[in-house]
Amino acid sequence: MKQYSDLEFLKLSKGQKFLYKLRRFFVSIPLGIAHFFMKLWALLVQGVQALGRELKEIGGTFAHGDWKTKTSFFVMGFGNLARGQILRGILFLLFEIIFIGYMVLSGARWLGMLPTLGTEGPGKVYDEIYDVYVTSYNDNSFQILLYGVLTLFFIVAFIYTWRVNVRQNRMAEKILASGKPLKSGRDDLHSLVDDQFHKTLLALPVTGILIFTVLPIFFMILVAFTNYDGAHNGYTNALFTWVGLDNFNTMLSWDVTGGAGTQSYAATFGEVLIWTLIWAFFATFTNYFLGMFVAMAINKKGIRFKKGWRTILVLTIAIPQFISLLYVSKMFAKNGIINTTLLDLGLITKALPFWEEATWARVTVILINIWIGIPYLMLITTGILMNIPADLYESAKIDGASGWQQYRKITLPYMLFVTGPYLLTSFTGNMNNFNVIYLLTGGAPTNPAASSAAGTVGYTDLLITWLFKITMGAETQYYLASVIGILVFVVVALISLIVYNLLPSIKNEEDFR
Amino acid sequence: MSESTMKRHMGLRTSRAISNTAIHILLIVISVVWLIPFVCIVLQSFRVEGTGPVGYIIPKQWGLDNYSRLFETDFPRWYLNTFIAALVTAVFQTIIVLCMSYTLSRFRFKMRRPLMRIMLILGMFPGMLSMIILYRVLKDLGMTQANAVPGLILVYIASSGMGYYVSKGFFDTIPMSLDEAARVDGATRAQVLYKIILPLSKPIVIYTILTAFMGPWGDYVFARYISFGTSAGKNVAVGLYDWLNKDQISKNYTMFCSGGVLVAVPVTVLFMCLQRYYVEGVTGGAVKG
Repeated sequence: MKQYSDLEFLKLSKGQKFLYKLRRFFVSIPLGIAHFFMKLWALLVQGVQALGRELKEIGGTFAHGDWKTKTSFFVMGFGNLARGQILRGILFLLFEIIFIGYMVLSGARWLGMLPTLGTEGPGKVYDEIYDVYVTSYNDNSFQILLYGVLTLFFIVAFIYTWRVNVRQNRMAEKILASGKPLKSGRDDLHSLVDDQFHKTLLALPVTGILIFTVLPIFFMILVAFTNYDGAHNGYTNALFTWVGLDNFNTMLSWDVTGGAGTQSYAATFGEVLIWTLIWAFFATFTNYFLGMFVAMAINKKGIRFKKGWRTILVLTIAIPQFISLLYVSKMFAKNGIINTTLLDLGLITKALPFWEEATWARVTVILINIWIGIPYLMLITTGILMNIPADLYESAKIDGASGWQQYRKITLPYMLFVTGPYLLTSFTGNMNNFNVIYLLTGGAPTNPAASSAAGTVGYTDLLITWLFKITMGAETQYYLASVIGILVFVVVALISLIVYNLLPSIKNEEDFR
Repeated sequence: MSESTMKRHMGLRTSRAISNTAIHILLIVISVVWLIPFVCIVLQSFRVEGTGPVGYIIPKQWGLDNYSRLFETDFPRWYLNTFIAALVTAVFQTIIVLCMSYTLSRFRFKMRRPLMRIMLILGMFPGMLSMIILYRVLKDLGMTQANAVPGLILVYIASSGMGYYVSKGFFDTIPMSLDEAARVDGATRAQVLYKIILPLSKPIVIYTILTAFMGPWGDYVFARYISFGTSAGKNVAVGLYDWLNKDQISKNYTMFCSGGVLVAVPVTVLFMCLQRYYVEGVTGGAVKG
């Protein structure tokens, strides 16, 4: 496709400019994908090269190191101890002893069972004393998977520590050879509140994230490849085991399995995904523009009680959402206050189906979400609106620009530029906006065609509420929940990737320093 | 001034007066719409006649029955659960978030960018997914059902380091030269933090405490998982949600309203007192990301 220079581009008419940009965008998609894979390949090559360098360095350390260093390859921390760095030496040694002890006592067993997730399920055993059969519980798939993963994490940590141990020996040898003293244990402790202070500060938060976020996510990704559900809970009723890609095949297959009038999993998933995207789009942009509008209205010259209006709106942020959302959802119910009032006033003759019909319910949740979101957006935009240089408006006024033109040419571009990243996070946040949907409708009205799918899928269900219902429902198909979770991640990551590349500028965080 | 320009000025003034009146009316309408549900909840909580939903707002008979009935249910227990969880979470989450954000704002170390990127990616997984495993692990540790509060607190605070954006944005605005001057004078990194940065950070500390305290009051998902199947371990959100079930609503609707008022009033009062800090935090940091 023909590429215009800047000057040629400026000569184009508005429509041509737009078409040109659009064409460029689509042409750049394959290029972008190719670029992505090239980057991936480059990363891979770099990784292999880095690994090669590491191995070479480790080998070199062993070949050229003295006997203290060589012993440290097998007894971690030996070099530190021998060179007088007692604290480091003890920590290294202690870690190695704990690791070996753990691996011998239980780690190896968990790892060995990981490929099968247990072989012996619960069974009946004859009890001679009482002359009855009692249930005996044997392998526990859940535990095997959990401890297997933990053991893998532990092994990685050990290899890393071992590598640090080797490098430290090399450094210590070098430092001693140049005639300088080594750091003492006291120096090490002091550095933890000084140049290494970040390690002290990060220890707690990062450990928390590792145990409560990384480990569970890793685990749940693995669950997507098993048949873990309520009927195979891995211990009390039946073991679960690896099933490969079966669950993804189920979720993404077009085969109808539920009988007449139902649809396939793929169709259900597609419907829910499309509604999730529509919802996220409207929830984000209605709030954004209306919030901005309210902020501008309050900011306008000559408006009185500015603080009072803001306080009223901010007040509504304070009240826990579940109270307001649950109450509002009952207000819109068939016999709720809104329908009754409208009926009493004679404006309608029969109750409006706010929650009973798909389209009504979808529009209503978006409208109520505006009610939830405007105060927050009003706050955010007020601050930015006040930052727009006033002289821009002054000169626009002198040039005779109308209020709408000022908004189009000054306010909106400025706002979009500043809030671009916020809009993206807000969009993905809305895709996973559990509270508003679940507390308002719980997903209702039910989608009869999707009734064969796990959970009760409704017309206002987002992927995230569907996932929740699967894990809480009568048959808890955890493996399907995991599949949905992974697919949500893929969609969110894709959108973020595309939007980040389209944003006018990815702000450099060091810029303003 | 010629007559025509006078006329134009008059025209401008009247048109501005009209548009300002229109905006005032609009703002009044908005305020009413935004406040109506809350007014309704308060009014309904005082309704004595009937316990289910009704089609009118102003009670025919006023009284405190719904409030006194609350104390015959598990509501005080739920309230205490939520309050304890909120209090403990406020303390620890603040510490963790501040550690994380301060480090990422002030230090330049090798793992900094990878760490931020990893947290960004982790944030794209639905958090609810990890609840399935956390529930089972916490259950083995005896921190679920009736004993849900410690488990709940653990879940709230453990991963809170990922919510560092707002306070990092704040720390970024404190000039690095302050740190450097103190370092030249011989202060350690730790001293820089608690002698120089923390005294300057009162707004963001209060903002973090406030949001951390308010989080547990509104949490439904995690509390639902962890208190699964029991009443004693619920928090207010789960407890009150269940009162609006199809089979309970006719019995407990007005009690939901009175319970909602009891939950909302303290939180709202606290929020309004510290409103200034909340607004500062949101406008200062939320957008920068």
